[in-house]
Amino acid sequence: MQALYAQLLVGLINGSFYALLSLGLAVIFGMLNIINFAHGALYMMGAFVAYFLLNNDYLSIGYWPALIIAPIVVGIFGMILERTMLQWLTGLDHLYGLLLTFGMALIIQGVFQNYFGSSGLPYAIPDQLRGGMNLGFMFLPIYRGWVVIFSLVVCLATWFLIEKTRLGAYLRAATENPTLVRAFGINVPRMITLTYGLGVGLAALAGVLSAPINQVRPLMGADLIIVVFAVVVIGGMGSIMGSIITGFALGVIEGLTKYFYPEASNTVVFVLMVLVLLVKPTGLTGRAA
Amino acid sequence: MTVVTDNTLKAPPRAMRDEMIVFVVMALLLASVPFTGIYPFFVMQALCFALLACAFNLLIGYGGLLSFGHAMFLGTAGYCSAHALKVWGLPPELGILVGVAAAFALSIVTGYVSIRRQGIYFSMITLALSQLLYFIYLQVPFTHGEDGIQGIPQGHLLGVFDLSKPTVLYYVVLLGFLGGFLLIYRIINSPFGEVLKAIRENEPRAISLGYRTDQYKFLAFILSGTLAGFAGSLKVFVAQNASLTDVHWSMSGEVVLMTLVGGLGTIFGPVVGAFVIIAMQQYLASFGQWVTVIQGAIFVICVLTFRRGVVGEIAHYFRRSL
Repeated sequence: MQALYAQLLVGLINGSFYALLSLGLAVIFGMLNIINFAHGALYMMGAFVAYFLLNNDYLSIGYWPALIIAPIVVGIFGMILERTMLQWLTGLDHLYGLLLTFGMALIIQGVFQNYFGSSGLPYAIPDQLRGGMNLGFMFLPIYRGWVVIFSLVVCLATWFLIEKTRLGAYLRAATENPTLVRAFGINVPRMITLTYGLGVGLAALAGVLSAPINQVRPLMGADLIIVVFAVVVIGGMGSIMGSIITGFALGVIEGLTKYFYPEASNTVVFVLMVLVLLVKPTGLTGRAA
Repeated sequence: MTVVTDNTLKAPPRAMRDEMIVFVVMALLLASVPFTGIYPFFVMQALCFALLACAFNLLIGYGGLLSFGHAMFLGTAGYCSAHALKVWGLPPELGILVGVAAAFALSIVTGYVSIRRQGIYFSMITLALSQLLYFIYLQVPFTHGEDGIQGIPQGHLLGVFDLSKPTVLYYVVLLGFLGGFLLIYRIINSPFGEVLKAIRENEPRAISLGYRTDQYKFLAFILSGTLAGFAGSLKVFVAQNASLTDVHWSMSGEVVLMTLVGGLGTIFGPVVGAFVIIAMQQYLASFGQWVTVIQGAIFVICVLTFRRGVVGEIAHYFRRSL
């Protein structure tokens, strides 16, 4: 039973990353009409920024500030990418966005691989979150519990921001009809840039959270992003809450598979994607695209 | 509706003549390679990738479907051919047949699933499916995991042609490539190809005209996947191994890059693109990971400034269809 709970926890953690990443993808897709292939690379950058902050002799900035600084740094980097490159794709076929961001991902991952090789760099768990708790039915490492709860809070905050605030209302309106929203005097291009920054920042945050668990590797996002694509296909990108729930649910299913049938643990999400496509081609929550 | 590619400059008789002239020139140039002292292995490898890129181009350039998983056909056909040749000891022609049949079967299954969604979702689904296959190939015993299938016997094609001789192998690969290329050319210019282009330009209108567009796209997917498999089977004779690199997503990305560089939706573009990218990998091999960075930069530059690709730009400049 212990092993089952442990795998469930791992599943929840992976689910947190799926949720944070697919949430960002959905927000970006809504505003920019681009599937951000560079999402995995920017997730990796988030982890690396945290690593640099900690291991720089002059700064040696720890985990807690990194949790805020890394998403901001990567978010700004993303906004520069959007201003210099992605904005020129407006009006072109979706496919070019995918190709351009794929190219960006190759560049970013290639540069990091050049300097850091392919092996993992350790990132220590902050002192406050070391150790574990005995919950009676299982032993819970505090850091892992923290990741799940914190991700959930961030996901819900993003949902609240987009669905319940005035800024979010502008955002949703601009997703539906950017020309009309512009006519009301709202600076839509700036909103697009900020949206990209937000989506990318969420990816970087997931990167920081995963650094102590999965180590910091240049290719840590490369395979993850493909799983997240499958998550997005399953959940559809129409709804924010849909992305969050699908992300966590698939993580849990993956964790259960690891316990009951480990051979299939890295294929189960893709198999589920096939099943969903056969039964309900538009995805679980999505509209037809 | 935005249009992915620009091959609307069509004056049929002249276009056909231009394309045939270029084709004959290309065939003669390639046929003369063994007499020039150019390393035949390099050209053979490029030819296999050129055929793969042409098959990929059939789908994106004429059907408007961007597959991000074409490596799965290359790798599947490669593994099956390699297994048939090495373990079952089949002759080359049957080995190729086994590989192509496997790619055909795979394209039916994957096409049936992926064709259900349009545009960007289609790309994500094909990518996810190829990743699924990658993990399967990583675990099943017959692929030998990380080692791959190595030391594949080349044998005698039809019992006569000794494929272990580089020149013989070269001409066999060249014939395979030219045959595949002509087949794709024929498909593009058939009534089926015309309907495919109509679907790409405006799917709702094609539907309202009574075409079952899903069936057309499905058939295009099967043709493309099977031809990509043929390229994979040929590649087995050239490289004499079949490994996980051929099913990895980065291989799918390379195929996209080749076609993009040469020109999406052009007839000769994928061939040019394949030669450019393979040559680049050859010359820059010593730079290690920087090759990835350069490839990424080419993606970015092509998308931002050079969307027609090499052949597309030339064709546009001379107002010809190539």
